[in-house]
Amino acid sequence: MAILITETTKVIVQGMSGRIGAFHAADMIKHGTNVVGGVTPGRGGESHLDRPLFNTVREAVAATGAEASLVFVPPPFAADAIMEAADAGIRTAVCVTDGIPSQDMMKVKRFLKRYPEERKMRLVGPNCAGIISPGKGFMGIMPPHIYMPGRIGIVGRSGTLGYEAASQMKALGIGVSTSVGIGGDPINGSSFKDILALFEADPETDAIMMIGEIGGPQEAEAAAFARDHMTKPVVAYIAGLSAPKGRKMGHAGAIISAFGESAQEKVEILEAAGITVAPNPSAMGETMARVLSKRQAA
Amino acid sequence: MDIHEYQAKEILARFGVPVPRGGLAYSPEQAGYRARELGGSAWVVKAQIHSGGRGAAGGVKLCRDEHEVAAFAATLFGKQLVTKQTDANGKGVYRLWVEAASDIAREMYLGFVLDRKSERIMIVASAHGGMEIEELAETDPDSLRRMTIDPAVGLSEFQARELAFQLGLKGGQIAQMVNILQACYRAYRDLDAVMVEINPLVITGAGDLVALDAKMSFDTNALFRRPEVAELRDRSQEDPRESTAGDHGLAYVGLEGDIGCIINGAGLAMATMDMIKLAGGEPANFLDIGGGASPERVVRAFRTVLADRNVSVILVNIFAGINRCDWVAEGVVKAYQEVGLTIPVVVRLAGTNVEEGKRIIETSGLPLISADTLAEAAAKAVAAKAA
Repeated sequence: MAILITETTKVIVQGMSGRIGAFHAADMIKHGTNVVGGVTPGRGGESHLDRPLFNTVREAVAATGAEASLVFVPPPFAADAIMEAADAGIRTAVCVTDGIPSQDMMKVKRFLKRYPEERKMRLVGPNCAGIISPGKGFMGIMPPHIYMPGRIGIVGRSGTLGYEAASQMKALGIGVSTSVGIGGDPINGSSFKDILALFEADPETDAIMMIGEIGGPQEAEAAAFARDHMTKPVVAYIAGLSAPKGRKMGHAGAIISAFGESAQEKVEILEAAGITVAPNPSAMGETMARVLSKRQAA
Repeated sequence: MDIHEYQAKEILARFGVPVPRGGLAYSPEQAGYRARELGGSAWVVKAQIHSGGRGAAGGVKLCRDEHEVAAFAATLFGKQLVTKQTDANGKGVYRLWVEAASDIAREMYLGFVLDRKSERIMIVASAHGGMEIEELAETDPDSLRRMTIDPAVGLSEFQARELAFQLGLKGGQIAQMVNILQACYRAYRDLDAVMVEINPLVITGAGDLVALDAKMSFDTNALFRRPEVAELRDRSQEDPRESTAGDHGLAYVGLEGDIGCIINGAGLAMATMDMIKLAGGEPANFLDIGGGASPERVVRAFRTVLADRNVSVILVNIFAGINRCDWVAEGVVKAYQEVGLTIPVVVRLAGTNVEEGKRIIETSGLPLISADTLAEAAAKAVAAKAA
């Protein structure tokens, strides 16, 4: 079953006729993702990659029954594109765009709350690698061949560090149910906690690898959630032990600005909540293997 | 993006925040002239640099006559001012702000920040100002008042009033404070700020509220729609390596060590730095080449890293998704040829087009050190440095 995307999920791509959108949409189709159309205002009625293009998300949903949307729209227009998807009834949107103004995201987060629970859209990202259920489908920019299908969920802020975790696990024969990149921005659609809750409820996921970094309160929030509401084991790694205070490390959100936001403090918070923390980024796979074998033995 | 105090004061004054009268000076003579122009018998001369802690570092002085103003100004211009917030090089002083001295009865703290927990703009205020907020949070945490603002409604008057009373203000000061809070909020919202700070916000002897210092920082992602903010950028206050790298699509942060890093992705870059440290080395920098990096951008990354004279070995770690290992490998080979590298380079490639990338590295005939995993790459970089 995996989470958020399977082989049957009907996906549209907002910005599919753009250079980057087209490249990744083609890759998604090649790897079995059920892409049913694209949205480019002004090009409705045309087709691209043998899929129909629509002027609006609403038209795309009406014509194709799309449930999910991948947003490949430039930063000035991305927030609007996300809100359009939510209003058109899309259930899951993934936004890859890097560089959306934070006040736009503030507006988006508030807009998403307008809808009742049963038709509320889940947003993943922005500034993320996307989501992949290996062997089933993906929405994003990741290299699908590095993932082996399996029963471990991955959730991380960083795309490339998520690849690193997946390949370390693959080398040890451990596969992935779904990998979710929640993105490096200070305000994002889904938090670590949100995705942990989905993995906890997914019968095809046995354990979760969570990859955090310096800055922000989300790892601490996730730690409390795992302690109080999860039965499945969580393995974590926090990047940025060597990051100096007050300097922004690439991601807009990767900056230590408050108490509890350094890597060391986050590691302590996670361990206190019973989460096994990998001692270094090269040990993510083996730490997961150790936790799984201990679990099997028990 | 940070701006200078005087620019922040001009902006806030435009939105309705009372600030002391003052003038900008680019020379000691001009500073003296500004004092005469302002009139009165006491002035505060303030170095304009993008950093707090200027007072303790000797960048601010109360002067009693215009000769003293000019003389103090002469000691500041062209100086690298080192504060506890800057690095050891400090920041260059090229502009001074000369201000009519205020009569201070009480100092308060007022800040507007992006609160990541509530995902809203948050006001942080304290009845005690003058110190840095971190210091306040440690020494007097109970004095801090926090309030989040609903983006759909904005800062309502009752909220502002509540805060004013919490800070112990009275009478006419309440209305003044409400006005200041709403002005700061509008400036924050309308100009896509990420931080507005008035520290100290003072009550004068006459009982009026005045912003004695001001700091603003802006969302770089929103500069495309704020040209009036973008033009306030002052490159003299930036690390030239970081801003030049930024111009070429590279996220670079200079650090103290000697192992130069060229990585894709912010998370992997931080993780690689952590790995270097665990292997007994010190990273010289953070560098993210971004997505879809061309061989030319990789060459630029080498030039950026090598501009740091401390660098004695380079570690390239790429896990390509949206990137291509073959392009990166071409860039590494090109850098070797164009830049004339004399220090060891460790290359670890994984992900998209990895076979092609490895082939380019192996057949290049260059003394590149290959590694398959992150741990191996870090260990080899530390070993190569020692050799």
